[in-house]
Amino acid sequence: MFTATDPTTVGSATMTFLDALKVALQACMRANPRVVLLGEDIAGGAGQGAPLEGAMGGTFGVTKGLLEEFGAARVLDTPISEAGITAATVGAAMAGLRPVTDLMWASFAPKAFDEIVNQASKMRFMSGGQTSVPMVLRMAVGGGLRAAAQHSDTHYALFTNIPGLKVVAPATPSEAHGLLVASILDDDPVVFLEHMALYTVRGPVDPSAGPMRLGELGVLRAGSDVTIAGVGHSAIMALEAAETLAASGISAEVLSLRSLQPLDLDGLVAKVGATGRLVVVEEGPARCSVASDIAAQVGELLFGDLRAPIVRVTSNHSPVPFSPPLEDAHRPSSSKIVVAARRTMGRG
Amino acid sequence: MSAHQLPLGELEQAYRRMLTIRLFEDRARREFGKGDMPGFVHSYAGAEAIATGVCAHLTNADMITSTHRGHGHCLAKGVEIIPMVAELYGRANGLCKGRGGSMHIADFSRGILGANAIVAGGVGIAVGAALAARTLGDGRVATTFFGDGATSQGVLHESMNLASIWKLPVVFVCENNGWAESTPSSYAVSVPRISLRAAGYSMPGATVDASDYEAVHEVARVAVERARRGDGPSFIEAVYRRIGGHFAGDPEGYRSKDDRRAARDGDVIPRTFGVLQSRGLDAAMITAEVERDIVARLDDAFAAARASEWPDVQGASNYVYSN
Repeated sequence: MFTATDPTTVGSATMTFLDALKVALQACMRANPRVVLLGEDIAGGAGQGAPLEGAMGGTFGVTKGLLEEFGAARVLDTPISEAGITAATVGAAMAGLRPVTDLMWASFAPKAFDEIVNQASKMRFMSGGQTSVPMVLRMAVGGGLRAAAQHSDTHYALFTNIPGLKVVAPATPSEAHGLLVASILDDDPVVFLEHMALYTVRGPVDPSAGPMRLGELGVLRAGSDVTIAGVGHSAIMALEAAETLAASGISAEVLSLRSLQPLDLDGLVAKVGATGRLVVVEEGPARCSVASDIAAQVGELLFGDLRAPIVRVTSNHSPVPFSPPLEDAHRPSSSKIVVAARRTMGRG
Repeated sequence: MSAHQLPLGELEQAYRRMLTIRLFEDRARREFGKGDMPGFVHSYAGAEAIATGVCAHLTNADMITSTHRGHGHCLAKGVEIIPMVAELYGRANGLCKGRGGSMHIADFSRGILGANAIVAGGVGIAVGAALAARTLGDGRVATTFFGDGATSQGVLHESMNLASIWKLPVVFVCENNGWAESTPSSYAVSVPRISLRAAGYSMPGATVDASDYEAVHEVARVAVERARRGDGPSFIEAVYRRIGGHFAGDPEGYRSKDDRRAARDGDVIPRTFGVLQSRGLDAAMITAEVERDIVARLDDAFAAARASEWPDVQGASNYVYSN
């Protein structure tokens, strides 16, 4: 069941984003018995009488197969109780475990709003540093699956606005692996946002490389005319856009804003300082977005050096529509990014 | 007369602890009235038997979660008075370095995972702590204190269900004082006894009169032993009447004279005084001794807190992240 993802057999290899997450979980669980997994359907009934081969392993299959190796005491299927599960995750983290909890879709996270906003994020602060809360909340974000408004949210800004949380959004399989390992090793609560469109994307992963540091940018493509910084799947769209731009003689640098909190502002400012132009892309709704925050911060520091106003590309400020043409119009796309980049070049 | 009589020395010790909590709370309320204590305070007066009777069965390593009305839990779990009072005043030497205050007192060295100012906020945290204890196999028990108002919160029900299906070593202690702020539990709770909720989650539930220390001690013993054995969670409803208002300064216009009188008549402190007296102890002498001792300690603690340094404002954003 595990042959394609076992780190002892894959070494440095090409694998899907999904398998990169699985390998990261597996490595952390092997290294530390305090790492436990909780979530709805993560074992998928296996261990509770259902046949192993039919078990779900999470809605998207990230945890499929982990039960066999680690047992039901460390891979815990939970009832549909987001608030209760998240509260238990906070308590378990404060009492000695390193729980990794799968909330399935980010649209379900609001069921646990108190546990995220008031409990996980504030415990260290309110206790004057007596405790830390080493937990990871994994959840799937993003549109494109025609999943409609209550299964498509991209809450990058919502979580980044909560002091005490770290917020991570990988764009590539390599980032997925390195950042999940780093998040599990980190002593603070990390919200780990996996874009659904990325699960099947393949890319090189070196499991022996270990954790990526939180608070760094990923450089996905070098370029000299304009910097396009994208979050998660938006960074992959930006890569596509960069190809198109290259055909018309515009050299676009593409960055993955893979760590939203902490944010590598210095690194970003250095990059934008070199090109003088910035397009920020993220899939959340427009108002108070991560794109707005980054545009403001970079703008304050680089106003006199910018060659063009910073352009934001986000979703519309609306719930995600169901109908395919409406959803496509609602979200960022590589063509919207191309238009934005051309605008910064005065070629709008 | 309680059905479960404790050895006299043990009851006397419990009385001393309960009286200490009462005197602390009376003093905190008076000092709060002077206007130089920031925030709000919520008095534990009337509930002393619950924290004292439950914590009598807990070790330092056992974990509790507490509420906005949590001073009694802290004192029963052994918190030192000087840093506790300093925290009430938001000082640098407070238990939480002035980041928490009355509603967020925590002392992890004594297993206090924090008072929680969100109603039912600590319940699920205790369930998670119990999950950690079971996973690590270290024998710790988690106890969560909460009010009757918390039993109307969804997360409490989710947490009781989780604790039951996983058979976790956790004790749910509902301190039913009859009032969710100004809303009577007779109106807001759909069952005549909150302990009936326990059956819905296949765990034992008991209602106990919190003016009877020995009765509280006994139901807590059964529940903690059950958790410690690995047999799963229990639910205790301890009924008392809130002696003061929801918060210090609450005029309680919503409350009848009869209800306030009932609270005074059911006060655990004079009741336990009477029990000690009836069993041949000089309760007046014990009371005077505790008062002498605690008044001196509180004089010192409140004076020290007022004289303590404020936290350095350069550190206003400290302790948000570990690294």
